[in-house]
Amino acid sequence: MPEIKLSENTIQLIKNICAEFENKENELINVLHRVQGKLGYLPAEVQEVIAKELNIGVARVYGVVTFYSFFTMIPQGEFPISICMGTACYVRGAEQVLAEFKRQLNVDVGESTNDGKFSINCLRCVGACGLAPVVTVGGKVFGRVAPSQVKEIIAEYTQSNSADEAKSA
Amino acid sequence: MDTINLTIDNKTIEVKKGTSILDAAAEVGIEIPTLCHMKLHDLNIENKPGGCRICVVEVEGRRNLAPACCTDAHDGMEISTHSLRVVNARRTVMELILSDHPFECLICAKSGNCDLQDMAHQLGIREVHYKGEQSHYRADTSPAIIREIDKCIMCRRCETMCNDVQTVGVLSAINRGFNSVVSPAFEMNLDHSECTYCGQCVAVCPTGALTEVDETGKVIRALADPTKTVVVQTAPAVRAALGEEFGLEPGTLVTGKLVAALRRLGFNHVFDTDFAADLTIMEEGTELLNRLNRFLSGDKDVKLPILTSCCPAWVKFFEHQFPDMKDIPSTARSPMQMFGAIAKTYFAEKLAVKREDLVVVSIMPCVAKKYERGRDEFKVNGNPDVDHVITTRELAALIKLSNIDFNALPNEEFDNPLGESSGAGVIFGTTGGVIEAAVRTAYEIQTKKELPRLDFDELRGMEGIREATIDFDGLPIKIGIAHGLGNARKLLEDIQAGKSEFHAIEIMSCPGGCIGGGGQPYHHGDASILKKRQMAIYREDSNKAIRKSHENPYIINLYKEFLGEPMSEKAHHLLHTQYFDRTEKVKI
Repeated sequence: MPEIKLSENTIQLIKNICAEFENKENELINVLHRVQGKLGYLPAEVQEVIAKELNIGVARVYGVVTFYSFFTMIPQGEFPISICMGTACYVRGAEQVLAEFKRQLNVDVGESTNDGKFSINCLRCVGACGLAPVVTVGGKVFGRVAPSQVKEIIAEYTQSNSADEAKSA
Repeated sequence: MDTINLTIDNKTIEVKKGTSILDAAAEVGIEIPTLCHMKLHDLNIENKPGGCRICVVEVEGRRNLAPACCTDAHDGMEISTHSLRVVNARRTVMELILSDHPFECLICAKSGNCDLQDMAHQLGIREVHYKGEQSHYRADTSPAIIREIDKCIMCRRCETMCNDVQTVGVLSAINRGFNSVVSPAFEMNLDHSECTYCGQCVAVCPTGALTEVDETGKVIRALADPTKTVVVQTAPAVRAALGEEFGLEPGTLVTGKLVAALRRLGFNHVFDTDFAADLTIMEEGTELLNRLNRFLSGDKDVKLPILTSCCPAWVKFFEHQFPDMKDIPSTARSPMQMFGAIAKTYFAEKLAVKREDLVVVSIMPCVAKKYERGRDEFKVNGNPDVDHVITTRELAALIKLSNIDFNALPNEEFDNPLGESSGAGVIFGTTGGVIEAAVRTAYEIQTKKELPRLDFDELRGMEGIREATIDFDGLPIKIGIAHGLGNARKLLEDIQAGKSEFHAIEIMSCPGGCIGGGGQPYHHGDASILKKRQMAIYREDSNKAIRKSHENPYIINLYKEFLGEPMSEKAHHLLHTQYFDRTEKVKI
């Protein structure tokens, strides 16, 4: 696992979030949720700070991080791609869409591309079953996605101008 | 007090509100089988994740079966603990557990002492109907503890000990579902973690998933080597527990038989760690009085309280968790290491044997001692002061392997000059004992008067944290005692916050002290065994002719012939140590 050195600002940010939850052990999931929201992922060094602040073993923190698929220790890509695996999307071919994303980007679920641009994740139901199968990239929603459209979607983000557009979305 | 009435297997019973079905049944003599559950009475330790489902019972009117360990009894409940439905469920659960368990029982270190094996037998399992994938995880070997996770049944007892009791926080269940294992953070190996090797996880593991590193083979080879002189030392707590391995009642003292067995195993000299405990008192007691007197005279450079330093798990604990306080514990080495240092200098010189040709073996109630003996500061040119450490359990295995009928052995005496000890040395084996031994000597040195009494009941007991004030002839000395690292942490945090008023604190990592060590015969959840061992230790003390360390004639002679004075330069070199900040060493 590559070691990273957290900046003083990041450490302070984590400490502040823990303090918001009164450094209570039973707020661990909320703390992790908030910290991941800010940093995008939960590397080991971040978990160590949280463990210290909540006065629990870092193994307990790691236990929770690895239990919930929502938490990730791998940095998300600049454009995180989420494929909905909810029932409606699944029966309408989400699995084939996912396979095509994996093939095109050459990464697995939970991983990022080498250039840090894309990462793939699965999620359960975004509440847009009428558009199944649904894919989200950043904040943008793509509906009725067919495997043949995957290349197109990726291309949208490999050009910088559309990248800005996605970010603002 | 609110009470409720219920019937269990047609027996009517009245219990306190809030009693679990498991405890209620026990009150009418019905022992519901359990596997993951563990309750150590008196120590306030309980593990009841309700995970294994072996303890399920049928409650009239309830749709599903209820886990007895974590379901409260209610008024009017009608419970069956062995209906057909219950028995079938238990057997199914057991078969499912076994379907993902390696069938290595014949060669497993835990065979014969395994709660899982016992339960499978009790439930009469003769076939496992479920065939499926088996989970595999790499084995992890550290200097003291081996993790064989394939044998883990996720009872979480180790997790309770590591997190809630010891507050070390190294072990936790990680990942999810079939991939779930108990592991240090980031799946690192134990020797990269902050593990103290206290071995309480080993002491409570129901299977062979957590065991000590077996060194019996090395001891057998050393004994068979004609070029080596092999000496052995036995810790105080061993004599109060070893008998259990040979069917004797817990609390039976087997000191004489222990000596006889070691002689028959072929050790050239059978010595006693209790001798070194007396030596520890001379050094630690002197250090305590030095610090105390300087403190009382207003020396601002002196910090109190002084903390004991006999326990290797405790030492590693504060090196990781409280490195800013590493100048507070006594610098005295543990009795085991003092013994090793004296054996390989003083005694080796007496025998005219080279250090390399003298092998020191320790019999310890402890698995952390296996780690301690390997610390660099306890080696001279790479040669360790203590060569091998085996636990009480390993010694029992060695005796059985060597066809020695332990119970038929005569009582024999330790050899000299490193075998004579005072009663003060003996009580090192229980919580409260080290500080009581120190008081017996420090009092007489400080006041130059004879102690009016030798038994300090105010220092004894099983409470996790105890405090007492001992009157040193007009000078009140405040003493704290903690056993279990979670209790130690509380006292340390008080010191950190400047709230501690103690002059001296004794800390032992294991609940009960060394008598409850990770290397002792398995107590299988019966904490009353620890009390019986404790009583045995105090019995041995009161039977001793000499009960104060400074009156041990061989200790007096050792200083006269070899060391000079307590805290002399030679004593400092051989009997004292230093501590390290280990916070930076934990790397993923």
